[in-house]
Amino acid sequence: MTGAVDAAVARAFREEWGQIVATLIGLTGDWDLAEECAQDAFAQALQRWPRDGIPRRPGAWLTTTARNRATDRLRREAVGAAKLRQAAMLSVPAEPGDDQAAVSGVPDDRLRLMFTCCHPALAFEARVALTLRTLAGLTTAEIARAFLVSEDTMSKRLVRAKRKIRNAGIPFRVPPADLLGERTASVLGVLYLLFNEGYAASAGADLVRQNLTAEAIRLARVLAALLPDEPEAGGLLALMLLHDARRAVRINAAGELVPLEDQDRRRWDGSQIGEGVRLLEAALRRGRPGPYQVQAAIAACHSTAPGAADTDWAQIAALYGQLSRLVPSAVVKLNRAVAVGMRDGPAAGLALLEQLEQGGELAGYHLLPATRADLLRRLGRRDAAAVAYREALELAPTDPERRYLTRRLSETTGS
Amino acid sequence: MCRDGWGGTVRYMLLICGDDQAHQAMEGDGSFVAGCHAWAEEMRRRGVLVSVEGLRSPSDATTVRVRGDQVLLTDGPFADTKEVIGGFGLVECADLDEALEVTCKHPAARYGAIEIRPLLQT
Repeated sequence: MTGAVDAAVARAFREEWGQIVATLIGLTGDWDLAEECAQDAFAQALQRWPRDGIPRRPGAWLTTTARNRATDRLRREAVGAAKLRQAAMLSVPAEPGDDQAAVSGVPDDRLRLMFTCCHPALAFEARVALTLRTLAGLTTAEIARAFLVSEDTMSKRLVRAKRKIRNAGIPFRVPPADLLGERTASVLGVLYLLFNEGYAASAGADLVRQNLTAEAIRLARVLAALLPDEPEAGGLLALMLLHDARRAVRINAAGELVPLEDQDRRRWDGSQIGEGVRLLEAALRRGRPGPYQVQAAIAACHSTAPGAADTDWAQIAALYGQLSRLVPSAVVKLNRAVAVGMRDGPAAGLALLEQLEQGGELAGYHLLPATRADLLRRLGRRDAAAVAYREALELAPTDPERRYLTRRLSETTGS
Repeated sequence: MCRDGWGGTVRYMLLICGDDQAHQAMEGDGSFVAGCHAWAEEMRRRGVLVSVEGLRSPSDATTVRVRGDQVLLTDGPFADTKEVIGGFGLVECADLDEALEVTCKHPAARYGAIEIRPLLQT
């Protein structure tokens, strides 16, 4: 029984935390109170569910419990009229079916919370931390570990962000139409960063850090469901699912990064790829492409090719061309050079790469010499390739990447 | 407490800053002053603007410190920085989003920088 209860509480935590906190912030406007009462509701569940059984709708039970707790606390602390008014709003007698409404009828609160956490008046790192704390329910200690800073630093970051929301009057709402596009981009940017942080974490990294991909996917699912008219939300979810589907084989048993062409495609997660492709197609049908949809389309080209040799490089090169018009970034141009190198041969890729190197924007970025090395190797220019591999090795930030480059270097020098 | 639907407002000080170059550019823009007047009129009509003023040069400033029974006077601003405050506005808005919208419309935002500081609630 205890095992079943623990599992039920853990599941409810993953699925309901953000909703409960968002509902309470919506009702009270008090972020700390909302978090504390949500936490309290889960503590009560651990005590009472083993005795009373797991409620039929755990989310409704938890929301009601957290709301009652907030009412109690506001009544007890009621010194001013404002607090009493807050308590009165919370204690509106529950009507039949009201619990249901608290769980599924007010999805807007989670959406409001996402937009508030990702408000551009907050520093980007504060947006990331707030999103993980209030929407995903990670503890301050966990978020600190995930971003490799001390708990004290992270705690200060969260306190400061919540104080600014309150003092500067950052609204708790879904932005009006004229701001929606720009604000949605900020939310998507935060979720994409979470995903990438988790995706880049090596197998030996802290589990919290590795799990950031799962948190990012969960939040992207919520966002895509709540913003059905925003194709970039669906595009981002598709992009995450398509990349995550390859996670199991991205790094081999020796801890080396395995490039796409060498990955065992039978071990990719086919159902996740299928879902990603379906989501992408639904998003693209809206006829408003954006950077996430285009990146998802590139990922889909890779994911749906039966073998590396079947990859539709012409399509991928065209998509990178489109992406570099949407996002004029040097990294996108680098990827386009790779795709062109695959479509038209390594010399064509190298020509684009040389233009990029002259620009100097990617100085110090390990994938620049690594890409040059691969193109030179394919041209048979082994000495030049070895020089470039050594340059990339100096700059590579993670162990799996260094192992991969070391292997390539030794193949090139024939040792 | 400021939440939409609760009817609260927040007052913000808009500190209009710029360096020498920004101030020269504002002076060189023939429509700048008219733009500022138009902004003030629009914001007053909307009920957002409490007051707005432009300031004389920091070289005309005197800074005062009282320590014990000593009054210390300095010729010039309290901090010698490149960016100086050239004016200020006081607005009352529903939330930060409205304050941002109001601030972005001020002509000085295109040359210098405007810091939005919430006032202590009393």
